[in-house]
Amino acid sequence: MTSATDGEHEYRLELEGITKIYPSVIANENVSLKVKKGEIHAVLGENGAGKSTLMKMIYGVAKPDAGQMKWEGQLVNVENPAHARSLGIGMVFQHFSLFETLNVVENVALALPGNPDLRQLAGQITEVSNRYGLPVDPQRLVHALSVGERQRVEIIRCLLLNPRLLIMDEPTSVLTPQAVRKLFDTLRQLADEGCSILYISHKLDEIQELCHVATVLRDGKVTGDCIPSEETPKSMASLMIGKELPVPEHNAPTSLGDVRLQLNRLSKKSDDPFGTDLQDIELEVRSGEIVGIAGVSGNGQQELLYALSGEELVDDAQAVVICGKASGRDLPDQRRRNGMGFVPEERLGRGAVPRMSLTENALLTAHHKGMLKNGMIQFRLISEFARKCIDNFNVKCGGEEHAANSLSGGNLQKFIMGREILLAPRMLVVAQPTWGVDVGAAAFIRQELIDLRNEGTAILVISEELEELFEISDRIAVIANGRLSPSKKLADTNIDEIGVWMSGMWDQAQPAPEATTNA
Amino acid sequence: MDILTSILFATIVAGTPLIIVALGQLIAEKSGVLNLGAEGMMAMGAIAGFAVTLHSGSPWLGVLAGMAAGAVMSFIFAIVVLTLMGNQVASGLALSILGVGLSAFIGKPYEAEILQTVSAIRIPLLADIPIIGEALFNQQALVYFSWALFGGIVWFLYRSRPGLVLRAVGESPHSAHSIGYPAIRIRYMATIFGGAMAGIGGSFLSVFYTPLWVEGMVAGRGWIAIALVVFATWRPFRVLVGAYLFGGVMVAQLFVQGSGLEINIPSQFLSALPYLATIVVLVIISRDQNTVRLNAPVSLGQPFRPEA
Repeated sequence: MTSATDGEHEYRLELEGITKIYPSVIANENVSLKVKKGEIHAVLGENGAGKSTLMKMIYGVAKPDAGQMKWEGQLVNVENPAHARSLGIGMVFQHFSLFETLNVVENVALALPGNPDLRQLAGQITEVSNRYGLPVDPQRLVHALSVGERQRVEIIRCLLLNPRLLIMDEPTSVLTPQAVRKLFDTLRQLADEGCSILYISHKLDEIQELCHVATVLRDGKVTGDCIPSEETPKSMASLMIGKELPVPEHNAPTSLGDVRLQLNRLSKKSDDPFGTDLQDIELEVRSGEIVGIAGVSGNGQQELLYALSGEELVDDAQAVVICGKASGRDLPDQRRRNGMGFVPEERLGRGAVPRMSLTENALLTAHHKGMLKNGMIQFRLISEFARKCIDNFNVKCGGEEHAANSLSGGNLQKFIMGREILLAPRMLVVAQPTWGVDVGAAAFIRQELIDLRNEGTAILVISEELEELFEISDRIAVIANGRLSPSKKLADTNIDEIGVWMSGMWDQAQPAPEATTNA
Repeated sequence: MDILTSILFATIVAGTPLIIVALGQLIAEKSGVLNLGAEGMMAMGAIAGFAVTLHSGSPWLGVLAGMAAGAVMSFIFAIVVLTLMGNQVASGLALSILGVGLSAFIGKPYEAEILQTVSAIRIPLLADIPIIGEALFNQQALVYFSWALFGGIVWFLYRSRPGLVLRAVGESPHSAHSIGYPAIRIRYMATIFGGAMAGIGGSFLSVFYTPLWVEGMVAGRGWIAIALVVFATWRPFRVLVGAYLFGGVMVAQLFVQGSGLEINIPSQFLSALPYLATIVVLVIISRDQNTVRLNAPVSLGQPFRPEA
């Protein structure tokens, strides 16, 4: 099949005029894209620009309505993912397609053709993982793996098929800086061996560091190609969003006020057998400052969030002091009445009820702000409030009566942020404020947080994106294996130091915890 | 046969239909399909088995007919929930009501009929073992079938590749689809297998267990089978244990009722005892959240619509 010489088929993959129309939206319009052999090709675009749809069509998960695809010079019609794999196309999904109750070998076996012998396969997995620096234990159950390890499993699963094109969908969103560097080494090694890589991301600095060529998508259309090494992140961002990227203005905190959140030796055993126990967490957040907590996911962030929001109570009421009141045993509603606002990580299901309208979702946290009268809902007030969230925070939606799950992730996040901010909290806890949100919306949300701080609110941000924390925080601390590091002023630290701390090594006097080092 | 042997013998006979039905449901549920229609499918299997056996004289043709009846019922269910994306719980309940009612209607002319008792199959040597030999190895063919089914399903689920694919579909049809497995087709096959087994279980009742047809003779066994799968945390061995526990208590209470002992327990309570005891014991052994989490099919009861 591949008897053609390199000269004839310079391109491994050629897309021409690909169009995909969904009932309510044109996902891709006349998209053309060419990927050379051994090339790391970035596909850049905001959320909803049509990157994922395009990749799904290459991988055979979705079918294009028009246009053609050539694979190594031959016209192909990819029927399904199995067909794509047999051609030599592998894909690592943004939301992992692993099965949690199966172990690593079983997960890998499912993606391979035929009926591989599991014991032999375990050997192959170890071999590939050694060759590309992707350590993973073949016998472990997937649900017990960290996110970084899961990604390695996905990559190994692709590599075992000897792919000639590897599609990576937002691969670094969950990795430590050190792990990102290792991943890049792996990808470069693959490209050197002749494998082409399609790299989807919205992180411009990474694209600049890694990719040879970039294709930019906006609203489903190609708006330009560029050589990332010849561009600046700023120029690529403007290609991507069609205008200059606003950079949040971050001035030094003017004056620190009273302590709004205090954690005193907060410890909690996790109920979840795969959770993390919190150990002696000490933290103070004052009025007028943003404190960031960095860390690789699964190191106790979720447990800390539950303890802060009141979804899980702690035995010692004094362990969580909100606005001067010992709240460890208070329920979430009581904590909100004390002045705390809360933006959880999961937008659908925690931040908002997916099937309820935006108005109803606004009511959920705003009900104690005069929106009830004698126990009856004041629908007019609620609608007004929801409309205000939508207007003030540029939420793109069909109106306040539309269901929360009809919004894109970024717009819903803006709505939820708006709802919490408009309630004027004295203390705001935010988890992953811009996770899965495009750069334009992310910049907007960050600016809102800074503005809120300037008005005197104390803000705690828990995020896995280090760049973000460095952009908005005044102080930064790291959570690793359920312990919290001391905090440092932003000026006194740097990304590398925080990166090292993320593997739990801020306190050399103590032995480093072993479970969290995923580098 | 001494008393111990006959109690053991009866226990196994009483547990057998539950094993067959519950293992069939276990396969369907492992693929993510919750079919609450077991009671109706058993009833249809029972009347189909009885009628065909009566007319043809062959209990084996009867079992085949029962299997076919169950499979057809589950196929209808599968079209509703897998192709038309109907709600699984509501559709399953409707299937139960349909099956029970339809079987009563079809079975009206057969109510006065009685089948010939099918003789047991004696396995030489093994049946000569004292006490247990006669109970275990001088049994109806379907008893041996239930054991083979158990072994086959354990092997299928945990040793074979199709079983691995089935478990994967049950955990996340979206992921399975994204790596190229026909999740809907797999769910169809699992659902129809579950229906076929329910049909066999039903025909066992009317052809072997009590060789006659009475309306409502399934008597809630379909429901118990469904509960058995859940409380056994989707593990075949626990299904086996639960089914024999049910059979054991069933026989024990019949024994007490028939012994003429002077006890002041209402017979209704005794009749309810096997159901109660099975549930209580299984609830107690399935308390461990960890086993539930590792064995429960995550997508159970959720419709799956692949992207176009």
